[in-house]
Amino acid sequence: MKILVAVKRVIDYNVKIRVKPDHSDVDLTNVKMAMNPFCEIAVEEAVRLKEKGVATEVVAVTVGPKAAQEQLRTALALGADRAIHVESDERVESLGAAKALAKLVEEEQPGLVILGKQAIDTDNNQTGQMLAALTGLPQGTFASEVAVDGDKVQVTREIDGGLQTVELSLPAIVTTDLRLNEPRYAKLPDIMKAKKKPLDVKSPADLGVEMATRTKLLKVEPPAERQGGIKVGSVDELVDKLKNEAKVIS
Amino acid sequence: MSILILTEHHDGALAGATAHVVAAAKAIGGDIDVLVAGEGVAAIAEAAAKLDGVSKVRVADNAAYAHQLAEPMSALINELAGDYSHVLAAASTTGKNVLPRVAALKDVAQISEIIAVESPDTFKRPIYAGNAIATVQSEDALKVITVRTTGFDAVSEGGSAGVEAVDFVADNSQSTFIKEELAQSDRPELGAAKVVISGGRGMGNGDNFKLLEGIADKLGAAVGASRAAVDAGFVPNDMQVGQTGKIVAPELYIAVGISGAIQHLAGMKDSKVIVAINKDEEAPIFQVADYGLVADLFDALPELEQKL
Ligand SMILES: Cc1cc2nc3c(=O)[nH]c(=O)nc-3n(C[C@H](O)[C@H](O)[C@H](O)COP(=O)(O)OP(=O)(O)OC[C@H]3O[C@@H](n4cnc5c(N)ncnc54)[C@H](O)[C@@H]3O)c2cc1C
Ligand SMILES: Nc1ncnc2c1ncn2[C@@H]1O[C@H](COP(=O)(O)O)[C@@H](O)[C@H]1O
Repeated sequence: MKILVAVKRVIDYNVKIRVKPDHSDVDLTNVKMAMNPFCEIAVEEAVRLKEKGVATEVVAVTVGPKAAQEQLRTALALGADRAIHVESDERVESLGAAKALAKLVEEEQPGLVILGKQAIDTDNNQTGQMLAALTGLPQGTFASEVAVDGDKVQVTREIDGGLQTVELSLPAIVTTDLRLNEPRYAKLPDIMKAKKKPLDVKSPADLGVEMATRTKLLKVEPPAERQGGIKVGSVDELVDKLKNEAKVIS
Repeated sequence: MSILILTEHHDGALAGATAHVVAAAKAIGGDIDVLVAGEGVAAIAEAAAKLDGVSKVRVADNAAYAHQLAEPMSALINELAGDYSHVLAAASTTGKNVLPRVAALKDVAQISEIIAVESPDTFKRPIYAGNAIATVQSEDALKVITVRTTGFDAVSEGGSAGVEAVDFVADNSQSTFIKEELAQSDRPELGAAKVVISGGRGMGNGDNFKLLEGIADKLGAAVGASRAAVDAGFVPNDMQVGQTGKIVAPELYIAVGISGAIQHLAGMKDSKVIVAINKDEEAPIFQVADYGLVADLFDALPELEQKL
């Protein structure tokens, strides 16, 4: 079985972003970029399935600017066998990414597609579900456990009230939650080897997909800042403040 | 304009989230219909009919919609969406699972987790873990939107909408429900509680969460956690507050043994009053706390419980 893994280049999760003074967008100049943390988990899961003999090939895919090839190389260093870059310099929305991925699913015929549940830049949480709709495949979102068994996969999902397990026929789309696995770090020899692994570049036009944006970003503002408060010296003082100043307890 | 809202319900009861989504729909304007889909949902439909502002309740009561699996649910909404300009759901794990699938079936974008309505096609939503607020305008004819419930005050009851059945039954041979393990708790839901007390890695282990529970009992609070506490196995995942967990905005949020990473702040920084208890006076949580107590939680919590 072949596994397709979708990875997105985003701002590093440790970086606190700044909004541009003209409020047109966030400022990403000279900001450290990385693979979306949920995508690292997706790559890890695919590689583990290959190590267990469930998968035979892992193909990493990204849709984005040239620089996103760095994240494909990371995926290759982590154990993906080859990579596909759908190059686009325009702003890519989740629907556009899902359309490009849907075409690749048609071409590559994977048994499983693994994506992150959410990109930490747009916080959209859409692409996997959209890809499932476009390909007509079942979906197991927010996965904390994935068990392939013959032509089916059982996915344990993190839901608001706890955990839910569903069984899907393969091929299927899975999106990862944080506790699915703990991703490994790429080792130096693997990083070197990754440079030689195949990386195909395609344009949306090659795939015959139209990725025009459907939303306009009118403005990006910083959130209302909270006023820093005070330090209290004791539990007594805390209880007093909560009762008599903030009036949030009685 | 006409709006369809996917009703949120659990254990045979209408969930509080829906009243917040109706409020968002009222801010958009137009007729508001709500869809109740599930199996044995008559009582939920009745409850939804009472929400102020709802014109009609559409009920799809069929085993096909039990457990609200994404494949049949999105097929159902896809079938109904043609009558509407907007489809809304709470940004719950159900809404997030189902609505993007509907959007793609309709070939439109989804606007996720709106916190404000500027006009029927323009919305505000947090991005980058809430470190920026984007104003986005939809250019699609059909707007598919999930609503962050903390952004909108719930509508009251007092309506009396008509209820009508939906006959459409989606086939689904692709996905099957196997089981659910739901957390049992007598405490209020995290999203709805007026007071939330959360523990982080500093709690040390799951047993120590009892120290929070004693206080939660006194305050009628829900108990939450940081991701580190969940990852370490102290408590189950449904307690996680943050960018990728639950978003809460109670009157009072008490963070205990939590450092204050941006991903955690994303889930609680709109709380009215924030208290932090941490032994490290440099912990970033103190920058957002109204009242900070630098103390060892193992001393402070028993004393706090006793003095409440
Ligand atoms: C993609 C992604 C998504 C994430 N999503 C979330 C999310 O939704 N929610 C979330 O919470 N995190 C999330 N995180 C993780 C986040 O980055 C932090 O790692 C996490 O919030 C840290 O949890 P913590 O504050 O409990 O632990 P730590 O950062 O380890 O802090 C523990 C604190 O406890 C204090 N402490 C220790 N012992 C005591 C004591 N005896 N008395 C008093 N204080 C004590 C310490 O001083 C310290 O400040 C996410 C991370 C990533 C990469
Ligand atoms: N441009 C993209 N290229 C490749 N994968 C993407 C892209 N955008 C989103 N994804 C995948 O979809 C997941 C969820 O993203 P989103 O739905 O946009 O929040 C990410 O973790 C990726 O796995």
